[in-house]
Amino acid sequence: MKTVKPRYLENSLQVVFFMCAAISTITTVAVIGILAFETWGFLQHVSIVEFLFGTRWSPLLHPKSYGLLPLLAGTTLIVVGASLVALPIGLACAIYLSEYAGERARNVLKPVLEVLAGIPTVVYGFFALTFVTPILRTVLPQTDVFNAASAAIVVGIMVLPMVASLCDDAFRAVPDNLREGAYSLGATSFEVTTRVVVPAGLSGVFAAFVLAISRAIGETMAVTLAAGATPNLTLNPLESIQTMTAYIVQVSLGDTPAGTLTYQTLFAVAAVLFLVTLCLNIAANMIMKRFQEVYE
Amino acid sequence: MAAQSNLAWRHKKAAFFKNFCIGVTGFAVLILCLLIYQVSVLGLPWLDAQFLSSFPSRFPEKAGIKSALMGTLWLVSMTAAIAIPIGVLAAVYLEEYAKPTRLTEFININIANLAGVPSIVYGILGLAIFVRFFQLERSVLSGAMTMSLLILPVIIIASKESIRAVPGSLRQAAFAVGATRWQVIRAHVLPSALPGILTGVILAISRAIGETAPLIMIGALTYVAFVPEGPMDEFTALPIQIFNWTSRPQQEFHELASAGIVVLLLVLLMMNAVAVYIRYRGTRIK
Repeated sequence: MKTVKPRYLENSLQVVFFMCAAISTITTVAVIGILAFETWGFLQHVSIVEFLFGTRWSPLLHPKSYGLLPLLAGTTLIVVGASLVALPIGLACAIYLSEYAGERARNVLKPVLEVLAGIPTVVYGFFALTFVTPILRTVLPQTDVFNAASAAIVVGIMVLPMVASLCDDAFRAVPDNLREGAYSLGATSFEVTTRVVVPAGLSGVFAAFVLAISRAIGETMAVTLAAGATPNLTLNPLESIQTMTAYIVQVSLGDTPAGTLTYQTLFAVAAVLFLVTLCLNIAANMIMKRFQEVYE
Repeated sequence: MAAQSNLAWRHKKAAFFKNFCIGVTGFAVLILCLLIYQVSVLGLPWLDAQFLSSFPSRFPEKAGIKSALMGTLWLVSMTAAIAIPIGVLAAVYLEEYAKPTRLTEFININIANLAGVPSIVYGILGLAIFVRFFQLERSVLSGAMTMSLLILPVIIIASKESIRAVPGSLRQAAFAVGATRWQVIRAHVLPSALPGILTGVILAISRAIGETAPLIMIGALTYVAFVPEGPMDEFTALPIQIFNWTSRPQQEFHELASAGIVVLLLVLLMMNAVAVYIRYRGTRIK
């Protein structure tokens, strides 16, 4: 009788593969650990109430002040503006793609959307600064050179392909017999779309919207280039502002020694950014899972 | 009579809505064309051999992207060397080895969430761990490891989907003639999942080519007049050079930036085309 030799290679390979998969978990632990550690150090010097509710952000110039609200307001302006551009246009594109476009139009438009989605964000920043801003300043002469509106429009264009393709997926998952049922009752294409297809795909649409907002919050280069570096507590989109991400870039372009309070502000701001986007991403996943209509 | 005019109104509404959706989609395509037109008109006159083979300079007419191109090449090759094996093997583990335990589920959810973390947060991680803690300084190696963490979730998710699409009968047939698990994976699962994995890898690498924010975080330099000669050298990259030129006020530098953008977009478009081609061949063979 032959004895079976232990398979050392097989077993050790499995361990190696597991370690590769574990790297992602280690990454998450490292991100959370580092952000928590440095933010804790930061909160030893600045009270959490001042950080979260203070209305002046001036960590680089005297008198120093560490109120996050101006950066939050800047980020909010960008997110609202980008949503106004990306959500309606993305939704309309998705409706066209899934309900009206023929096979040939789809075969052209899908790659176009992929190309749009693959354009680096620094290119969008360039586009904002050299194309959108001059137009805005011609139409509304009181616009600052660096302004929230231009960056918001461009961030909207940037997340548009994602909204369009996620909504398109959601609508195409709606089975055709639902549409046919509505048509046979005499509904027009408009009624089929707005009362059958969109409601049936609503969970996907919401998830797409939440993911788009999360992307807009984390977007960095376009807002750094076009929205400016002035932490203003304003809701006027024509003024220069600063977002959380743009602040992080501004500090790291200079040479900030480790261990200083300015260095720690990077991590405190990044911690807020990380928490907000993480919550939104988890929410999007939950919406997608929990409210998805299941068809046979 | 009333019912009839109501019907006419409903059809009018439907026609209007259809045209509205077509118009909006056309508008989105128009914006893409505008962007490409704008960049080409500004940049093409500057795009010549001198631009590709010169170092950056204070004088626009002497400036070029040699160090940026070489930096991007170094960065991307090292990122690929680190991220592709780890990403594909992680996907192999999760699809072929892992039992459906709590831990596996947690790893999967975690990867999905990591894919949505803003790139600048990866930059902060790279700054704290690779640049400061491991003291790798502002080297290509720091940049490549940061980029690898950033694109790993993309590679893992694409590879997992592709491996899952391999039919189970293929595995069972191989097991039935006595192949070990690793032999099944190496000889059957990976080859038939290859087109999907390659497409995902190419898209992930294109993302690494275009990312700017994490490189600024770890301190890639904006003015570099040399080509990196080893993984520990300082470096710059194409998107950083574009950022630097764009943030200057002079028109000439904006034109240089658009020349750089043309080069960057050409590289990305080529990679996209290769990905589409592989996907097309992959679906045709099946």
